[in-house]
Amino acid sequence: MCTDFTKEVDKDNIAVITWNCLDKSMNTMTEDGLRSFQKLVTEALSEEKIKGIIITSGKVDFSGGMDLSTLEALKRNSGSDPASKIFQYIMEAHGLLRKIELGKIDDNSKSKPVAFAASGICAGIGTEIGLACHRRFFSSSKNSKIGLPEILVGLFPGLGGTTRIPRMMGLMGASSILLEGKLFAGNKAKSIGLVDEIVSEDELIQKAKNWVLSASPQDLVKPWDQKGFKFPGGAPYHPSGFMSFVGASALVNGKTKGLYFSAKALLSSVYEGALVDFDTALRIEARWFTRVLMTDTCTNMARTLFLNKSALEKGYQRPVGAEKTNLKQVSVIGSGMMGSGIAYASILQGLEVLLIDQNIKAAEAGKAKIEMLLSESVKRKKLSEEEKIRLLKKVKTDASLENISSSDLVIEAVFEDLNLKHNLYKKIEPHLKEGAILASNTSTLPITKLSEVLADSTRFLGIHFFSPVDKMNLVELIKSERTNDNALAVALDYTSLIKKTPIVVNDSRGFYANRCIIPYINEGLRMLNEGIEPALIENSAKQIGMPVGPLQLLDELSVSLALNVAKETKEALGTKYEETGTESILLEMSQKNRLGRKELAGFYEYDEKGRRLKLWEGLRNLNIEKNSANISTVTVKNRLAYVQALEAARALEENILLSVEEGDVGGILGWGCLIWAGGPFSWLDYIGHENVVVECQDLSDQYGSRFTPPKIIKELANSGSKFYN
Amino acid sequence: MVEAYIYDTVRSPRGKGKKGSLNELSAVTLSAKILKELRERNGLNTEEIEDVIWGNVTQVGEQGGCLARSAVIAANYSESTPGLSINRFCASGLEAVNLATNQVKGSAGNAYVAGGVEMMSRVPMGSDGAAIAVDPTLAMNSYFVPQGISADILATKYGFSRDDVDAFAVESQKRATAARKSGYFRKSIAPIKDQNNLTILDEDEYIRPETTMQSLGGLEPSFKNMGEVMPGFDAVALLKYPEFEKINHVHHAGNSSGIVDGAAAVLIGNKEFGLKNELEPRARIVATSKIGTDPTIMLTGPLPATEKVLKLSGMSIKDIDLFEVNEAFASVPLSFMEHFGVEHERLNVNGGAIAMGHPLGATGAMLVGTALDELERTGKSTALTTLCVASGMGASTIIEKV
Repeated sequence: MCTDFTKEVDKDNIAVITWNCLDKSMNTMTEDGLRSFQKLVTEALSEEKIKGIIITSGKVDFSGGMDLSTLEALKRNSGSDPASKIFQYIMEAHGLLRKIELGKIDDNSKSKPVAFAASGICAGIGTEIGLACHRRFFSSSKNSKIGLPEILVGLFPGLGGTTRIPRMMGLMGASSILLEGKLFAGNKAKSIGLVDEIVSEDELIQKAKNWVLSASPQDLVKPWDQKGFKFPGGAPYHPSGFMSFVGASALVNGKTKGLYFSAKALLSSVYEGALVDFDTALRIEARWFTRVLMTDTCTNMARTLFLNKSALEKGYQRPVGAEKTNLKQVSVIGSGMMGSGIAYASILQGLEVLLIDQNIKAAEAGKAKIEMLLSESVKRKKLSEEEKIRLLKKVKTDASLENISSSDLVIEAVFEDLNLKHNLYKKIEPHLKEGAILASNTSTLPITKLSEVLADSTRFLGIHFFSPVDKMNLVELIKSERTNDNALAVALDYTSLIKKTPIVVNDSRGFYANRCIIPYINEGLRMLNEGIEPALIENSAKQIGMPVGPLQLLDELSVSLALNVAKETKEALGTKYEETGTESILLEMSQKNRLGRKELAGFYEYDEKGRRLKLWEGLRNLNIEKNSANISTVTVKNRLAYVQALEAARALEENILLSVEEGDVGGILGWGCLIWAGGPFSWLDYIGHENVVVECQDLSDQYGSRFTPPKIIKELANSGSKFYN
Repeated sequence: MVEAYIYDTVRSPRGKGKKGSLNELSAVTLSAKILKELRERNGLNTEEIEDVIWGNVTQVGEQGGCLARSAVIAANYSESTPGLSINRFCASGLEAVNLATNQVKGSAGNAYVAGGVEMMSRVPMGSDGAAIAVDPTLAMNSYFVPQGISADILATKYGFSRDDVDAFAVESQKRATAARKSGYFRKSIAPIKDQNNLTILDEDEYIRPETTMQSLGGLEPSFKNMGEVMPGFDAVALLKYPEFEKINHVHHAGNSSGIVDGAAAVLIGNKEFGLKNELEPRARIVATSKIGTDPTIMLTGPLPATEKVLKLSGMSIKDIDLFEVNEAFASVPLSFMEHFGVEHERLNVNGGAIAMGHPLGATGAMLVGTALDELERTGKSTALTTLCVASGMGASTIIEKV
């Protein structure tokens, strides 16, 4: 018997249905949960004496949405015809929500008012239940937010949200909710019409009850259930709706590069639904939603960005038995861009930070950067001026290492130079307190090598933040050969505290992310070298879903950096180093002073403010090796995608990467790799390993051994299996 | 094989849109006036007309409900003459001619009236809806962009600069001005008169003789904002054509076809029809073609449609004396000239839709008349008419003066 929902009838004969999943910290809808909710709603609507219903939560948060594993299970356990089972399930849910919306179980009964009283996080089906109710009461607390974020994890609001929202606020009004997946705090939610009344948390139920007792019959009829209903802003073929619908397709297509099926399905559902009556529209929505749930790229995206990402954030890789840490203060050494970014991320979540640099002036400059970031938040109304001042007080600057002895975690973020870091570590170690951890934010230097100078290298590891720290949520934790469980646990607790998503990897050149990004950039350079149209390279990259093309990315990173990395790699590998075929272009760019965005001249042209104008005309006159201008777009796209995905697979094969889950989450959060497919490993599964082997063998024959399918993929191809089973 | 001949062509002058002279006339009234004129000029016994095939794009409101049949009744043709409204967008008027031609060639009747009408000042373009633009499933999968964006993609593909398209537009105005002044259009034009026999309009009124490179230079590109900003159609275009870095927006009202009102009709029949009614055939319709093409760049149809019609007729591009390539946008005739190596001296010799306007459903039939009049005036032999068509289509017709 499922106890996720309970019902209590008060003295005024109002039934309060409370959602409280006792085994979970957040209410999520399961198959059983829905059935028990259905039973209680039906009872309350049927019992004569009940005057009305209030739907609320037993927790502060109303709901995080659908339990995605339920949907997976439903699909898996539906035998040979999962689509039919899923469709039925969705239609059943629509039927239930429609009963709530009509306030009655059949045409013969009288409508009863149903109020929604929610606070905290309200997302997905939680919000969709609310949308079916007659009146929505929502908490005024700052932490209460409501919305429909499904699109962000590859799905769309498939339990009526897609049909109801555009009918409430028109296509234009619906787009920030449906297509951008934003969550809205109380007042904003009210102003856009998502909720009706904002009340303080302790008054939620009482206000809802007052309304139930005073509701008039016309309060219980939704606009779309009234005669003469007109689609707000105009239906698709109404003169005023026409351009909105034409524009919506173009906007979504252009922004998503046509890769995100759920966005297409969502728009199709809105359009087709807008041309028919409400119940038919729900059926259309259910068909499209079923299609989305039956589409691997959509569900894989949800698996990576919802299930696996949360698992990693909850400490999936935390060593069993490691003691819980109690972090209060961290020391950050080096107050440049990365150091101040790390300090900023730390104070934001309540940690005290000691920001250290060679002299106090430099450290203060780092603090000024933090203040700038905080001021931006104030400007965007995310913080109050008082909060800013309070947070800034958490940063203490220093030019000496003595005071790091009060920190449980010391993060080094100085210039990428092995000797510099070694000298620094020798000075740090004597000041470290018992049990404290030392971490380096290096993005390139081998961790084991870095730790050589430490007396106790077991308490050392890499914590690789991505730039800019305030925007990038991935953190790579790199274990050296000697890093102990406690060090890893502290680092994981720290990343959890500052709300970043960690992946844990073993030590090797470039770790995981950079190891895959560099080949991507190099492939772009090679193509340039082959005489392929630069615009085709950049646009193809975007068409496989990359946020930036390889040439643009290199402009951001700078050509000098690429030359340095190449030089260092060459020195480190010695005779094992293989020419990448990109050196000549890098040298030529460098000779021509086209070093990147910072210098306002790179693969692109920039204006004096650093705004990118267009590809540099001179690219076509570079001293390139051969002309393969006739290459197909498909081949360009395949090369750019495979060169990353195969490298990811090699990282797994070499045990640098420890799981495909981390590989996918890291790929997406780290460098935006094949998001629409759920990350590089999900993408390879989606292509199918037999196809991967055939295509890559072909690419390997034509373009070089970097495309030779690794053994791990050949094995999957041979056994007909996948990374995810 | 039965041959199809053109016995006569009649058209209205093109009226200048909302503030223009024809705006006061309904679609059925203007259609009927043209049909009547064709009957009067040729002393037609309309019982002999197998069908009236009437091109019309925006078939809603006054242009809806099978306008062709309404026009036939309004023109007081024989009750036995039916009417067929057809829509192949911009080539509807030519498609009417082509359908009639092939009906005659296939012995389905002796004579047809083919033509069309569009009252663009009264029935706004696009007001009949269009699934390809609005239905997200279709729009996204077919990379739909509006025509103006397509015209700019075409210019980008061929590398036409703003100066190239503007220069073409200036020349169109110059040629149309000269042709109107010299009376070259009078043969086909039926002056439009009211119920009191007062003249409403007797010549094309959209032409701007004063147009110069300077005057066009001041116009903002019309499709830049919708392409680059909201909703951003260029991003859709680049999905389809990733080899372009950006779309070069060069078209504007001055180098695109004008929004005008007009109607035209062509009398088409077999030899027997002429003999029986003592009418002299003016031209033989050699071959016709239609084709579907890439819907995103949309406007390249004239190229394969022309290749197809040349192949069907066993002719080469060199055999054609005159070309009428509809000036929907300057980049369309420019790309035609570049693709086939046709010099401007043989193409649109009396100007085109940039100067005179493009009454969608009528234009194709008008161009056939314009081409035939010019063949007769200059003593040349063959003309090829072609139009680009929305959603990626093209149509083409070759005629040979008798």
